[in-house]
Amino acid sequence: MSTSEYDSYRPPEPEGGRRKRRRGGRGGPSGPDDSGGRRGGRGGNGRGGGWKNRGADGNREMPMVEDVEFTSYYGRPIVKAPPWGDEIGTYLFLGGLAGGSSLLGFGAQLTDRPGLRIASRMTAIAATGIGGAALVADLGRPERFLNMMRVVKVSSPMSLGTWILSGFGVGSGVTFAIELDRITGEKLLPLGPLRKVLHAMETPAAVESAFFATPLAAYTAVLLGATAVPTWNAAGRNGLPYVFVSSASMAAGGAAMALAPVAETGPARLLALAGTAGEAYAMSAMRKRMHPAEIDPLDDGEPGHKLHRAEKLLIAGAVGAAAVEVGARVFAKKLGGGWKTRAVLRGLSVVSGAALAAASAYTRFGVLEAGIESTKDPRHVVEPQRARLEERRARGITDDSITTGR
Amino acid sequence: MSTPTIDDGTLADGHWHDSAHSRKGFFTDTSICIGCKACEVACKEWNRNPQDGTFELLGSSYDNTGSLGANTWRHVAFIEQDSERIEKARESGRKLVNLGMPTIRPRTDESAAAQPLDGALGAAAEGRTSAGLPTTPELNVDLLAPGALEPTDLSNVDTTPPDTADFRWLISSDVCKHCTHAGCLDVCPTGALFRTEFDTVVVQNDVCNGCGTCVAGCPFGVIERRDDGTINTPTDRDDRKAADMDVPNAGTANKCTLCYDRLVEGQEPACAQTCPTQSIKFGDRQDMVEQAHDRVAELHAKGLTEARLYGANPNDGVGGTGSVFLLLDEPEVYGLPPDPRVATKDLPKMYANAGIAALGMVAAAGLAFLGSRRS
Ligand code: SF4
Ligand code: SF4
Repeated sequence: MSTSEYDSYRPPEPEGGRRKRRRGGRGGPSGPDDSGGRRGGRGGNGRGGGWKNRGADGNREMPMVEDVEFTSYYGRPIVKAPPWGDEIGTYLFLGGLAGGSSLLGFGAQLTDRPGLRIASRMTAIAATGIGGAALVADLGRPERFLNMMRVVKVSSPMSLGTWILSGFGVGSGVTFAIELDRITGEKLLPLGPLRKVLHAMETPAAVESAFFATPLAAYTAVLLGATAVPTWNAAGRNGLPYVFVSSASMAAGGAAMALAPVAETGPARLLALAGTAGEAYAMSAMRKRMHPAEIDPLDDGEPGHKLHRAEKLLIAGAVGAAAVEVGARVFAKKLGGGWKTRAVLRGLSVVSGAALAAASAYTRFGVLEAGIESTKDPRHVVEPQRARLEERRARGITDDSITTGR
Repeated sequence: MSTPTIDDGTLADGHWHDSAHSRKGFFTDTSICIGCKACEVACKEWNRNPQDGTFELLGSSYDNTGSLGANTWRHVAFIEQDSERIEKARESGRKLVNLGMPTIRPRTDESAAAQPLDGALGAAAEGRTSAGLPTTPELNVDLLAPGALEPTDLSNVDTTPPDTADFRWLISSDVCKHCTHAGCLDVCPTGALFRTEFDTVVVQNDVCNGCGTCVAGCPFGVIERRDDGTINTPTDRDDRKAADMDVPNAGTANKCTLCYDRLVEGQEPACAQTCPTQSIKFGDRQDMVEQAHDRVAELHAKGLTEARLYGANPNDGVGGTGSVFLLLDEPEVYGLPPDPRVATKDLPKMYANAGIAALGMVAAAGLAFLGSRRS
């Protein structure tokens, strides 16, 4: 319908979002006008609707059985992505790594595994330091970092996280100082009589840091979950904390496998293996409970690649770690003497440990970026919200919509 | 006066307290907005917000602003719709009205559909005169008379939107919702965001450290961090780069303050004061909500079933908004979320899950050490 000779100068109207146009342009989905109801029906039935009807590996050209009317304001985002870049991804990974390592360090202290103890404590403090720096670097006003210490706010996971990280850092720092002092033969630090005090602090400090370790690994999931970013929010409500603690166990176990002698890293291997199993399970359970439009960003594009890479590394690392564990047990006797066996196991341990740590990093970056991606297309916001609204209406709850007829 | 808004079992308490003033808010009646963007301009000028973007045409009707953001606290949206969309909007509005509430007489003018072309286009095509077209209301104002340009009481003017069957323009001035349960405020770790004595939500820019958590916390995509990139201009000169320009509060979160600085002086917000059609109304939130209810009922009585309210329901996911809107189509058409929910409502559940997960990790570590005891 041309209404003016100047109409041809106008850019094509992007109304309805890019995808819809590609699938058939205007007029295609001009079906019955009760699109709200149709959307709701589909959403109410849950997964497996139109979103899953396209090609298996994201091939969007497959014809859909039913095209769902979807409107937006020129395809523009509804919610905004936070200004969080690679620094935050790094922090998510390192926070988990630090937490898990501190647990391993404490366990190693109790079970007398000095190699594992030192490696874990060094990893923990390095990860805390670099992670904390990354966190500060990502602020708009890094010089005001300490403003986070003005308040303790339960409703803000970022606030609690800052306190958790600080609490963790104290214990970690003390245990690190003790290890440093030991390594340097109690000479480097000019402590004098205070040295005794410092070493007496070892167990309390280790306990303190272990106390904050798991919250440190878990809270970042809540931080992402307590946002309006569709993929994060859905993940947070459906078990992201389990994914993140598993990922943290995997990272810490993997790092210890790579850094400490095979004979001492039995617990690290078991923790890493538990982490891989936990992550694989938690991730798939989480996806099952999310709306298809919220899962999509986890599968598509760069974040999807990262998560797929994480999966592959996870499997490879798990196989490697299991092999090392079996090897270490079978050849337990030889570990003292046979240098060949030891070298092979150590090599395998380093490689699979690194793979596990990398898998954890890819998971964190993948989840972070998938969320940011999910804010870019309003479909990820509108579809799940429409679905849950219609689902509530179908159940007879009609009094809690933000849009009202009167 | 401030309404008790603390739900059971929720952390999203929005930091309510007894305040000296009644809660203030907007009622933005999009059905009488003419798209002049005076509100955008007034907001920019009063708040000295830096420029957004590079003056490019965005290809979205008359909207070249794009969206709300750190530097744009009022945004006028323009949507062009054909008869099909109009009918859908009318239908969805009718359904909304029918949700367990008394039915409203459906539109009876069926003859409109029978005509091949209606409205101005049809009239032009068939050489009809303007009979049957919506008439411009007589204002009876002598613009030269003394005091004629003072704000007048427009309440007697017929403000029914013109009923054009085959084309319409939706125009809506969007703004921060000043939510009852404000996601931005809940998740702010520095306390930079606070609830004022007018029960609005405001950032203290000298406290904010730009962590950006609030940006993700807002279900409406309103608040944003003011980063360097937003002030690049095509007129950058060699001797003065964009980075040198005077950008207030750079690196901190920015959004509508409901003109906090004006409210404390007893003034109304700049946008509401400048709005020539009184599409933006400002006042006690209670009054605003009542006006909104009246207005939507009035439009429904005239058969405009597409009219609906957005944010007037205290049971919704954000506990109702301080800025209430009257819309003429589904919210997503205007770029608003159809079922926003403040994320902190789910915090207790998420913390519980995180706690269990954390304990699980401790257990896993313990078992790992037990499982590899050396004999
Ligand atoms: S609309 Fe967004 S920025 Fe405004 S008060 Fe609500 S959550 Fe905060
Ligand atoms: S960016 Fe500023 S206002 Fe927003 S959450 Fe962080 S400290 Fe608070």
